[in-house]
Amino acid sequence: MTLTYREALNQALCEEMRRDDRVFLIGEDVGYYQGAFKVSKGFVEEFGPRRVVDTPITELGFTGLAIGAAMAGLRPVVEVMTFNFAILAMDQIVNNAAKIRYMSGGQIGVPMVIRGPGSAAHQLGAQHSQSLEAWFCHVPGLKVVAPATPHDAKGLLKSAVRDENPVIFIEGQLLYPVKGEIGEGDYTIPLGLAEVKRTGTDITIIAYSKMLHQALEAAEILSREGIQAEVVDPRTLRPLDLDTLAASVKKTGKAVIVEEGWPFAGLGAQIAESLYGRVFDYLDGPIVRVTGRDVPMPYARNLEGAAVPDARRVVEAVHQVLNR
Amino acid sequence: MASRVIMPKLTDSMEEGVVVKWRKAEGDHVESGDVLAEIETDKAVMDLEAFASGTLRKILVPEGTTVPSGALIGVIGEPDEDIKELVKEQPVSASPTTKPVTPSLSQEKAEGEAVPSPRVRTLARERGLDLAGIKGSGPGGRIVERDLEPLLAKKDQPAAREIPLTQMRKAIVRATTQSKAPVPHFYVTTEVDMGEGVRFVEESKKRGDRPPVSLTHLIIAAAARALVQHPGLNAAFAGETIRVFPSIDIGIAVALEDGLIVPVVRDCGKKPLRQIAEAERALVTRARNRELTPEEYTGATFSISNLGMFDVENFIAVILPPAAAVLAVGSVREIPVVKNRRVEIGSRLKLTLSCDHRVVDGAAAAKFLQTFKRGLEHPGDL
Repeated sequence: MTLTYREALNQALCEEMRRDDRVFLIGEDVGYYQGAFKVSKGFVEEFGPRRVVDTPITELGFTGLAIGAAMAGLRPVVEVMTFNFAILAMDQIVNNAAKIRYMSGGQIGVPMVIRGPGSAAHQLGAQHSQSLEAWFCHVPGLKVVAPATPHDAKGLLKSAVRDENPVIFIEGQLLYPVKGEIGEGDYTIPLGLAEVKRTGTDITIIAYSKMLHQALEAAEILSREGIQAEVVDPRTLRPLDLDTLAASVKKTGKAVIVEEGWPFAGLGAQIAESLYGRVFDYLDGPIVRVTGRDVPMPYARNLEGAAVPDARRVVEAVHQVLNR
Repeated sequence: MASRVIMPKLTDSMEEGVVVKWRKAEGDHVESGDVLAEIETDKAVMDLEAFASGTLRKILVPEGTTVPSGALIGVIGEPDEDIKELVKEQPVSASPTTKPVTPSLSQEKAEGEAVPSPRVRTLARERGLDLAGIKGSGPGGRIVERDLEPLLAKKDQPAAREIPLTQMRKAIVRATTQSKAPVPHFYVTTEVDMGEGVRFVEESKKRGDRPPVSLTHLIIAAAARALVQHPGLNAAFAGETIRVFPSIDIGIAVALEDGLIVPVVRDCGKKPLRQIAEAERALVTRARNRELTPEEYTGATFSISNLGMFDVENFIAVILPPAAAVLAVGSVREIPVVKNRRVEIGSRLKLTLSCDHRVVDGAAAAKFLQTFKRGLEHPGDL
């Protein structure tokens, strides 16, 4: 079955709400407007306004409310209109969602999902075009997921809803209309499991969310040059499936990590450090990162295009590693 | 007064040794006679004792490093003594794979010299590749995996395993090539009726002798008795003379997992069978536990190599210098034999004597074997 990324998310959430009536959706415009990106299309009609809750523009407030509901036994799914606005809810996310299980000595869990689009779209400006996954990955107590395909989006969102801990679920804003084959029926994909999206022998390209598509495009270009790149998508960013990543890099001896976020203290730095610790003796050269440029996102279309990694930059990075 | 700690020459054949473990650290106080380090010689791991008292000021050779005998490996001195002059004398590494690592600027790679990638180092170690002369095609001239392609025959073909030589293997290499190439070997084979011998061994077992007499013991005793009568085989070629040894010291080859060692049963000419059996048992046990001291495995005047337990009909052994002969022992086999014009079942053992033709001639070897055979066929007289 072929679905868009948006439809896959809609289906996952719908199935989970039908399966478990403790699951509810809360956020700005999730009800009668059907969600800013139409992920909750048809929800308020089927589940009613008690389970599809429209909120004022108060991220800190409704995130805190959802955390309380989770502590009390419900399973909230918070939609942030974009993750740029989740910055307003950081105190609730970092100080409550991530810590209550720990600080209550395991007595109280916070089973909830905070989901919404991340990263740049087209000309949304510096404040609305950010890749903030590294912020969340930094916090013990949070799980962070960033699916790249409709199939992964559905299977991972269902696992996130069923997880007993807070899961930050970052969708790709430009991926919503992307179509892809998805699995049949009520499948889930476990959190913490990477997937080799394309096999190869010469170099490993690690990429997630929208960057996976740039990496696959680059691999296609490289294959025409006779370079067989293996492309691995971690899918879950924390906990990271280092075993799968390391196995690929051990095989190829070379790695490029692609991320849309800023370079300094970015997630790729962490992945590289983890790989150095695991497979240093199998590396044929230093790991190279491809990242967003170290600037606030420019509004100008040409500059915005220059700030976000594309397939050409991934190909260049591979050439750099291979000294070609 | 500072004192040099050097790699000792613990046996005649020792040319280099490995510092297996330092038992003292830099700065430790040591008394003369304290164990400083464990040294692996060509045959065993032995303790290196301090010859001076003081403070172990400097360790110059890291653990696992091979250095020639006589090389400086450490310095003992007073805590505040100036040892710069002594330490200047750098140890010379005998093994290219385990160069002592001292973080000095002069040892940094010269500019333009190819640096192998970690993966290349790993491959070189695993497959035993020599990187000398390889040009690097990676960034900055780094040697990367693809530069090894000429060395790594076909990638999908499993490469041969390169096992570094242990000290024991090196000693075996040295001893056998020093023997087989220069020593003119010749071989004489005989067959011995082991009917009596096998019975004798079984009775000893039944009686519960401690230790029970084995075929090996009978062979040692028979060889010793024959050597008493034929002292010309208990001898060595010594350049201008033939040296005839005063006592009969018989080496017994003992197979170990990674090589072999030849402990020596001393003075077999004067030992009754029981004592030979006891001495042999004790030595073999110590050999398997790697507890032999150099005196216990050097200086055989004659040796015996027994592969009988491996169902070997007959084989030829390489003489272990300086001895002039070695006796290779096969398996006792039940075969049809002709006795009084009738075919019967007999126990037979084939043995081959390898001799140094500079010392012994064919007839002398044959006569020795005759005497030996008579002895082994009448074990009660041994």
